[in-house]
Amino acid sequence: MIVYGVALLSGCLILGMLIGESIGVFLNVDANVGGVGIAMIFLVLASNSEKFKALTEGAAGSGIKFWSAMYIPIVVAMAARQDVAGATEGGLLAVVAGVAAVAVSFALVPVLSKIGSSAATNED
Amino acid sequence: MDIFETVFVRNSLVVAFAVVGITIWISYVLADKLTAGRIHGSAIAIALGLLAAYFGGIATGGSTGAADIALLGGIGLMGGGMMRDFAIVATAFGVQLSELKKAGVAGVISIFAGVVVSFIIGAVVAILFGYTDPAAITTIGSGAVTYIVGPVTGEAIGASDTVITLSVAAGLVKSILVMIGTPLVAKYIGLNNPQSAMVFGGLMGTTSGVAAGLAATDPKLVPYGAMTATFYTGVGCLLGPSILFFIVSAIY
Repeated sequence: MIVYGVALLSGCLILGMLIGESIGVFLNVDANVGGVGIAMIFLVLASNSEKFKALTEGAAGSGIKFWSAMYIPIVVAMAARQDVAGATEGGLLAVVAGVAAVAVSFALVPVLSKIGSSAATNED
Repeated sequence: MDIFETVFVRNSLVVAFAVVGITIWISYVLADKLTAGRIHGSAIAIALGLLAAYFGGIATGGSTGAADIALLGGIGLMGGGMMRDFAIVATAFGVQLSELKKAGVAGVISIFAGVVVSFIIGAVVAILFGYTDPAAITTIGSGAVTYIVGPVTGEAIGASDTVITLSVAAGLVKSILVMIGTPLVAKYIGLNNPQSAMVFGGLMGTTSGVAAGLAATDPKLVPYGAMTATFYTGVGCLLGPSILFFIVSAIY
């Protein structure tokens, strides 16, 4: 049944969001801390586990794959609802701060990726 | 005209599916014919989406882009946080646990490094523009983290509304730039494997930016980047009004 996979996906998201929200309350922070990331870990665990086979294989699996494939269309819709006009009206300060933050962060990707790969080789 | 409006508004989500579908089809044709596949079709679709959002915002004065146009209201639901998070989690289906473990440490470091680096840059820019009030500097710095961390921090430490609005704008610029810029710089920053995608997600942190940027670069990398990015805003909200504000206050 396709809906079994969809239900598993929903369950992972709800559980992850609840945990993320709890972490936020615990840290006294007005935000969901990593709810989506935690939900993803649940789905990875479920899809790598024998116990959840009935919910991740065959028709049930295609229920999850459908939403995975809908990801790009949803992102396009998300782009279409951004406050682009608001961003351009923020003036020079907003543009300079945003551009500089992105440029430096881009530049740091290869630097930190190297830390990651050297740490991995040390462990090996 | 009335019939159109009735049908389109009543079936807003279905209209959104159709409109987005047509947009993506046009984008893939353009990518194929005009750029010979050099620019990813989804990158063009996302750019078209942002363009529509700009004109929607100008035309209606609203804050949710094309979704403020009555006939396209369903875009708001389709592209909203709930559907975005649902689809992002779905992309994790089939991801190997071992890949996540390999980049675990670098991923965690990148989240903290990303928050602190973006904050410092935003704060320095605020100082260069003549701000001397620690609350204003901290809030603009937090806006450069993400457009959620900016207002959360600003409200917590009592910054002015103008400064909070500025911080949201800075965060929006960042998010949009990550969407457009990622496919262009991917090659130069080694963004072509799960490990660097996790570091990338942690450094950039804007979930929307990372989600769209990686989709336009290589959809296979999406789950890895999204996973670290979703922790970023929480860490930012944690550090902004606390440690980072104390440090700025100590200096100023």
